[in-house]
Amino acid sequence: MSGAADTVTRAAATPGQPQPYAELGLTSAEYERIGELLGRRPTDAELAIYSVMWSEHCSYKSSKVHLRRFAESAPPSAALLAGIGQNAGVVDIGQGYAVTFKVESHNHPSYVEPFQGAATGVGGIVRDILAMGARPIAVMDSLRFGPADAPDTRRVLPGVVSGISFYGNCLGLPNIGGELAFDPCYRGNPLVNALCVGVMRHQDLKLAAARGTGNKVILFGSRTGPDGIGGASVLASATFGGSDSAKRPSVQVGDPFMEKLLIECCLELYAADLVTGIQDLGAAGVACATTELAAGGGAGMDVDLDVVPLRDPALGPAEILMSESQERMMAVVEPGNVGAFLEVCARWGVLATVIGEVTESGRLRMTWRGEQVVDIPPASAADEGPVYQRPIQRPAGQDALQADDPAALPRPAGGPELRGTLLSLLASPGLADKSWVTEQYDRHVRGNTVLAMPEDAGVIRIDEQTGLGVALATDGNGRFGLLDPYAGAQLALAEAYRNVAATGAVPLAVTNCLNFGSPEDPGVMWQFSEAVRGLADGCAALGVPVTGGNVSFYNQTDEAPIHPTPVVGVLGVHADVTTRVPIGLAAVGVPIVLLGRTAAEFGGSAWAQVAHGHCGGRPPEVDLAAERALAAVLTQAAAEGLLEAAHDLSEGGLALALAECCLDQGIGCQVTLPGDLFTQLFSESAARAVVAVRPGSERAFAALAARHGVPASELGVTGGDSLVVTGRTEEASTGQASFDIPVDELAAAHRGTLPSLFE
Amino acid sequence: MTARVGVVTFPGSLDDADAARAVARAGAEPIPLWHGDRDLRGLAAVILPGGFSYGDYLRCGAIARFAPVMGELIPAARAGLPVLGICNGFQILCEAHLLPGALTRNAGLRFIDRVVRVRIEDTGTPWTADYDQDQEIRVVLKSGEGAYVADPATLARLTSSGQVVARYAGGNPNGSVGDIAGVRNDAGNVVGLMPHPEHAIDALTGPGTDGLGFFTSVLRAMADQ
Repeated sequence: MSGAADTVTRAAATPGQPQPYAELGLTSAEYERIGELLGRRPTDAELAIYSVMWSEHCSYKSSKVHLRRFAESAPPSAALLAGIGQNAGVVDIGQGYAVTFKVESHNHPSYVEPFQGAATGVGGIVRDILAMGARPIAVMDSLRFGPADAPDTRRVLPGVVSGISFYGNCLGLPNIGGELAFDPCYRGNPLVNALCVGVMRHQDLKLAAARGTGNKVILFGSRTGPDGIGGASVLASATFGGSDSAKRPSVQVGDPFMEKLLIECCLELYAADLVTGIQDLGAAGVACATTELAAGGGAGMDVDLDVVPLRDPALGPAEILMSESQERMMAVVEPGNVGAFLEVCARWGVLATVIGEVTESGRLRMTWRGEQVVDIPPASAADEGPVYQRPIQRPAGQDALQADDPAALPRPAGGPELRGTLLSLLASPGLADKSWVTEQYDRHVRGNTVLAMPEDAGVIRIDEQTGLGVALATDGNGRFGLLDPYAGAQLALAEAYRNVAATGAVPLAVTNCLNFGSPEDPGVMWQFSEAVRGLADGCAALGVPVTGGNVSFYNQTDEAPIHPTPVVGVLGVHADVTTRVPIGLAAVGVPIVLLGRTAAEFGGSAWAQVAHGHCGGRPPEVDLAAERALAAVLTQAAAEGLLEAAHDLSEGGLALALAECCLDQGIGCQVTLPGDLFTQLFSESAARAVVAVRPGSERAFAALAARHGVPASELGVTGGDSLVVTGRTEEASTGQASFDIPVDELAAAHRGTLPSLFE
Repeated sequence: MTARVGVVTFPGSLDDADAARAVARAGAEPIPLWHGDRDLRGLAAVILPGGFSYGDYLRCGAIARFAPVMGELIPAARAGLPVLGICNGFQILCEAHLLPGALTRNAGLRFIDRVVRVRIEDTGTPWTADYDQDQEIRVVLKSGEGAYVADPATLARLTSSGQVVARYAGGNPNGSVGDIAGVRNDAGNVVGLMPHPEHAIDALTGPGTDGLGFFTSVLRAMADQ
């Protein structure tokens, strides 16, 4: 390699020198714009910064015009302390506490290298939460793969799960829930979305801003190495003619032990008030952290790249800037606090180096080997990237897809067929027991986990004295998204909202991870725009603001994009977690009540997929007023102690919900259903839940439901060791369909699938 | 005066706060000890908690065994100080040769977090005196390297001298030899346990309160001294 850097002086003197901007993912228009902003061609290091900061991943250039809807139509919420644009949104949950939570995708790395891709996905989202000033308290994972029996799924799924297990368990964060789904559309495009939630006192909120001229910029955590450099290796080869760079991994390698030390170290730094601004290093590493901190504070910054601790001394300035080495943070610290800051880091064995300082120049300037290699206005990279209004076109096949109604599909009739349908749904990979996966995650560490999978939502206690806690659920349904992205996004939101409420929590705020195909495909952009519109409208109707989120585009192999899959996370608050409501039936002789209205809605249903491999028609109708009323009933009933169990109805309808209620503690139930038994059992109408009412509270509960206008019908009673279903038809001629399934048989069907696929 | 029980935090310890909570729930005062401490501050009992000390690099517990605090703890334990090692703490006690045997990868080669039943077979230790002989308790097992192994001679000696403190009941979750979930040293003051009693002290956050007995036992043992 050559030691000669492409300096600012040289860039000014050699305007015509060709640069590999296209290989770095910049268009010629974008490259020209950089030249206009700087009044000269960029140096290689500057080109590195702009290429990563203006990438889709960092700049949201294709999604920005749509995401504005979240802020524009946000319902008024006094709870929001920090919103979109920060590392993560922050929500007031009372008693002086605030929580911050966010979900982020690590889809592409997890396909290339499942173990490290998924592991570093957890690491990245945890640092986002840490950078807000919060202690991370739990994680969740929303996972989607190709067909469960596809050979590649057997490579990707076990790797992803063990990567999450390895990293999260070693960090000491309980994993309290999430999703696991399979669909052919995710073959070659698995979705690995990781969520983290953290807690802080109001006054501890930290923002990513470099303020105060003369304040020091400190890089701390792991050394910077040549891992995770995507585009930079292009630069390196183009500039230095090196050949070794091709062997470098483009997926980062995680060290959860270092991350655990970083967490404890940061919390001690916050407690001692030694930090004025902080940013985690994720995508685009030092380039992103320096530009965002400088832009966030409206200040300038001088950085000396020679003092950045390296794992590989051969790294040049562009590579140092773009490296995505994990477990690193950057802080802005007053000069008088630097000594104390370094002492805390030393106590935790965390390497910390002063690499620069805040200036009043308004410029981000960096030197390498004594020469100026970067001199840019930081906001031009961080905030003023290109914004695209991509072409939007409703796909030509959308009408035909919606016209392909599942009403034409053959349906099971009579007790034995309905019984077989229930068992086959229960054993299908997407609905089967997930213990094979979730047992690999530590859900008990820190001793505050009140509910975890397979409950409707994860519930974490925050204050041991008062019982204050939070509930979190993530949901998404790609089939509904495909049939109608507007409704699909609202159904994902409604399901997560309902799940949180089913535990007794009051839903408060929303995060999202929007997984889509290529934004350059007008059909995908239509799906995206519809989904964002649906989610924004849904949040407004439910009165819960979007606090932040993440967009993952380009989830497609060749021409086929994934189903539009917005994954929505809803956070709720429990004033007292001791009133939480689990899904499991725990006592005998308890009345079972169905809440909500059931219509024959099978478009995109689990039954259509499992029984017929069919996905067509319309998704279930969205009724957000009904969702809101249902949630009010569930949360109020929990607070008043009226319920013994509650379970939301979603995939597989009432049949799956009842089976899961029975399986939890091994207690059966007998129910009698009116009307068409197939519809009653397997329809996926939204805004429904099944509850077990505490004996003696039946009248109070019925009155509560009536007050909120939520239909409540008593189905039967708990007890016995079977799930017994009886039809109640008005027409005697059709006969009385009925069946019963011993809980042991339900268990065998439910629990055998994943071990047999992945052991 | 409230009895004081130390809980050691190594870099990478994770269940230290949980162990401290269990100590407090039992009525004692938890005292944090740092891995770099060279003084046990006159504590009457010490817990080595679960987690991944020093990232479990090299081998679980292999680096922690050389921490400064262990330089104090090892002779104190040999002199009779009650010490309980839970999960990673058990691994550290084996690496420090305070307990016989070793912990290896689970039979299924995967980390498991599961509620298990465990039978208390020795109630003669300061950590188990509050249990009934052969009492079955429900506790959380969460580990990737929880399979207990020892050579045949050691196993024979453990069995004949009653040093097996606890065995898994109703199924062996991780391939531990003889279903062994916990053992003690010759004198009985040092106990290692793979499952986590500190995660079974409250029905709200764990499988009941069966684990509390380990912490109330040591409190009583300290009072009797």
